[in-house]
Amino acid sequence: MISTHLPILQVLVPLLAAPVLALLRGRTLSYLVATGFVVVAFLIAIGLTIQVVHTGAVSYAIGNWAPPLGIEYRIDELTVIMLLMVTGIASAVLIGGGQSIAVEIPERRAPLFFALFCLNVAGLIGMTVTGDVFNLFVFLEISSLSTYALVAMGRDRRALTAAYQYLVIGTVGATFYVIGVGLLYMMTGTLNMADLTARVSGVESTLTIKTALAFLFIGLGVKLGMMPVHFWLPNAYAQAPSTVSAFLAGTATKVAVYVMLRIVFGIFGIGIFTSSYLADVVIALGIFAMVAASVSAIFQSDAKRLLAYSSLAQIGYILFALGLATEAGLTAAILHLFNHGLMKATLFLALTAVALRLGRTRLEDFDGLAQAMPATMLAFAVAALSLVGVPLTIGFVSKWYLLAAAFDRDGVLVAAVILGSSLLALLYLWPLVERAYFRKRPAGAPEIEEAPLALILAMWALVAVNVFLGVNSQFTVNLAANAARHLIGAVP
Amino acid sequence: MICGLPPGLFLLLGAALVPVAGRFRPLVLLLAPAVALAQVLTLPANASLQISYLGETLELVRVDTLSRLFGIMFALVALLGGLFALKQESKLDLSACFLYAGAALGVVFAGDLLTLFLFWEVMAVAAGLIVWAGRMIDSYGAAFRYLLVHLLGGVLLMAGIALRASSGAGLEFGVIGLEGGLASWLILAGFLVNAGAYPISAWVGDAYPESSYSGMLFLASFTTKSAVYVLLRGFPGTELLIPIGVVMALYGIIYALLENDMRRILAYSSVNQVGFMVTGIGIGTHMSLNGAASHAFAHILFKGLLVAAAGSVLLRTGRRKCSELGGLFQSMPVTMFCAVVGAFAISAFPLTSGFVSKSMINDAAAHEGMRLVWFLLTAASAGVFLHAGIKFPWFVFFQKDSGLRPKDPPWNMQAVMIVMAALCIGIGVWPGPFYALLPFEVSFEPYTSEHVIKMLQLLLFSGLSFFVLLPLMKRTDTLSLDADWLWRVLGPMVGRGLARALAAVSSALGRAVAAAGSSGRRALAGLAGQGGMSATVETGVAILVLTAALTVALALSLDVRELLAS
Repeated sequence: MISTHLPILQVLVPLLAAPVLALLRGRTLSYLVATGFVVVAFLIAIGLTIQVVHTGAVSYAIGNWAPPLGIEYRIDELTVIMLLMVTGIASAVLIGGGQSIAVEIPERRAPLFFALFCLNVAGLIGMTVTGDVFNLFVFLEISSLSTYALVAMGRDRRALTAAYQYLVIGTVGATFYVIGVGLLYMMTGTLNMADLTARVSGVESTLTIKTALAFLFIGLGVKLGMMPVHFWLPNAYAQAPSTVSAFLAGTATKVAVYVMLRIVFGIFGIGIFTSSYLADVVIALGIFAMVAASVSAIFQSDAKRLLAYSSLAQIGYILFALGLATEAGLTAAILHLFNHGLMKATLFLALTAVALRLGRTRLEDFDGLAQAMPATMLAFAVAALSLVGVPLTIGFVSKWYLLAAAFDRDGVLVAAVILGSSLLALLYLWPLVERAYFRKRPAGAPEIEEAPLALILAMWALVAVNVFLGVNSQFTVNLAANAARHLIGAVP
Repeated sequence: MICGLPPGLFLLLGAALVPVAGRFRPLVLLLAPAVALAQVLTLPANASLQISYLGETLELVRVDTLSRLFGIMFALVALLGGLFALKQESKLDLSACFLYAGAALGVVFAGDLLTLFLFWEVMAVAAGLIVWAGRMIDSYGAAFRYLLVHLLGGVLLMAGIALRASSGAGLEFGVIGLEGGLASWLILAGFLVNAGAYPISAWVGDAYPESSYSGMLFLASFTTKSAVYVLLRGFPGTELLIPIGVVMALYGIIYALLENDMRRILAYSSVNQVGFMVTGIGIGTHMSLNGAASHAFAHILFKGLLVAAAGSVLLRTGRRKCSELGGLFQSMPVTMFCAVVGAFAISAFPLTSGFVSKSMINDAAAHEGMRLVWFLLTAASAGVFLHAGIKFPWFVFFQKDSGLRPKDPPWNMQAVMIVMAALCIGIGVWPGPFYALLPFEVSFEPYTSEHVIKMLQLLLFSGLSFFVLLPLMKRTDTLSLDADWLWRVLGPMVGRGLARALAAVSSALGRAVAAAGSSGRRALAGLAGQGGMSATVETGVAILVLTAALTVALALSLDVRELLAS
């Protein structure tokens, strides 16, 4: 039955789309094919979610080679959250971004652009579903290499520098990861995650394992945009084509956080985490990012960069919650992982519309935009409210659980930081909203139209999810709580 | 009626319908609050509606005497406000007003703290929108400042609620008191921000006058009064509230006396009146709590009446400053008459609603032997007559003739004012049915000779002093009032040092915040703006930092001593 092969199809569909697309000519055809493949991937993710909700975690052995020797794909609650997010945002970005891509990417490069995009999606999906740490490295490289190329396609020559810098730093990060995996393999002789979990527990106090942990931590930290090893992120987000920024901001760093969760909690277990320096360092880095990145965001003059810094701050929230290493903390981290991906994708899609109509996204370009692009700016405003954490949005749900997790650990001061930095979010988002709604278009500014219908629909679909899951949070909260329970329970 | 649906729902529905109703808009404006009012009146005594959110059970509707009392007055004022705004053209203004009123009803019927908080935030955003929709010169700025203050209050409140929930006290919204440690203090602080407690009271005078002629009727009714409601429920008898309330009562008077903008006078007067209520809550006896609740009810009506009159003047003349108005009694008789009734009621003249409610608070203070509190409240009562009772109507409707001959406002606005005036007098003359609504049994007799004589004495003497000091009062024309002189003359009532201290604390606070803000901003701009954290780092430097991070991680994970040993 096809339903038993959904895990492999989830990866294969976007992966096989890439060579097909590379052979195609013409923008429209390749756009339609890419969108079709990505939407199918989204449907598969929904199918997998239904399976997992009904029957629990799914394990799939590639080519029928039984794990731990063969490669295992493992789908549980945490996985499906990420799958829904990655494929859902990819679909929204492609469906809505057609016209923006047409403007930003030259005709002859379009098929390659879509091929790279699908490769990127495949890489991220692969990182999510695989239960094998080396296989994970392969997918990490697939997604990273395609990201470098995608960023380099930005409209500006500065995109090349940004891509080059990301290439160098990202490769170093990936190398650290693979060194860590190698050290793990030295001590355990296995690459399967479940197997690793069992075998690490005997040798966890050896130097090798500790060194492996340090390498993995820093390597993944680079990928997930952990301050202070985040340098690549603001430039990459600001210079990449708008649609790529929207996709990356919603998914790439989130998947890296997911991998960190899998490795640190799944393999090493919560014991090592709490007994070593790691928990405190992660909390400290998280708090540092919340404040420093939010403050940096206030002073940005370009909306894309501003949102990039805001992403760093939000990663800070996630790291902090993760560092608490409690069930409540993990629930909050997973929830915010998902919720922040949605909010950021919505915000960046709105910026895609602005960039499409104005060619740039500097703060002063927003003056009076609400008159010219009411639907776009309203979507932006709602997503901004969500990011600040106004009730009835997913941002509030996140904030509530983050606070509860902080108080659980008697972190009154930390809770103050969380709330304070949500006010900082208000401070850095307000200028955009204020300019759009309260100021007039400058005299002599060109007449502009509202964004194309497809883009508005995609944006508002995400807004609807933002609000729907904010009002009716049961679904995501349950998934996140179950996932957290499994992660914590992985090593009793 | 209509099962146990929350009454606020109908107003929220109205808010959604207003922009799309087209020519049926007047119908929506009247029907939505009318249905809400009917719903409040017919909710069964122990109705309860629960839903599940964020893994907690939320109680959207909880009915008892207290919530019904505030529910009735909020729905009533929404109905009158809808009628008053019948010809308001701004859809945003109307929609925001209904959203705001609906959220206020949501707060009143909230059975748990999370529901309360949800509606609390909606109220803040909606009120910000109302201010913004006022389209006055400074509306944008005032709306933003309003939002910042209230979102800050919301943050405090949310922190308190989350802390309380995680400490196992649950989310039920009952008596909170200050025994619960930090959580209770945070919640109290969040409530007090909305009440306009000193020193965070400047937003009242800042934001309200920037709203439209009809918007202020809503603004003046809900934010501070819902704060009174939550204080009544959560912190009855918290003694800290007594000094806070007394300071508010005095602060409001001082600033109202100094003010020239007629609507700002009324806004400051709200702080003063809420001060009475907060004091009553702090005293905490049955009589004082009854007094606070009934004064909130009475205040919504007479303050609404005064604000409606000021709104009518604003609509017809487009002017807000006392010094630019005057002599309007000749062409706006109905407005003038109603404003005078409102002024008498706010001054607690016998036979008005203010008299039967406020004397309960004063008496409660006397009963408890709080001499100083009683004295200060009595002084403040005299001050109320000075600023709201005489100053507002005198400078707007009488005084010199400004030469303006505007007509009375349209019929709907006249109707609102007449109904409110009738209610002010009706409650004052027949307090019985009104007392029956109060949360505790009332054994209070307002019309004793002692009460009446004392009040009349107070009012007559302060009235006399107003006219004796009229030349001084008039200086408000030039906005260069000689403050020292005024304090000296009003010495017995206000107390010079107190006034100075209040003003000094307030301005020092403002200066400190502004200074900290600007120097902090400069420091951060240097650090985070151009250089420092957000600079584009060279790739080589990035790699260097990366390596350093790895080294630190390794050093931390490998115990150095262990390394040496091996």
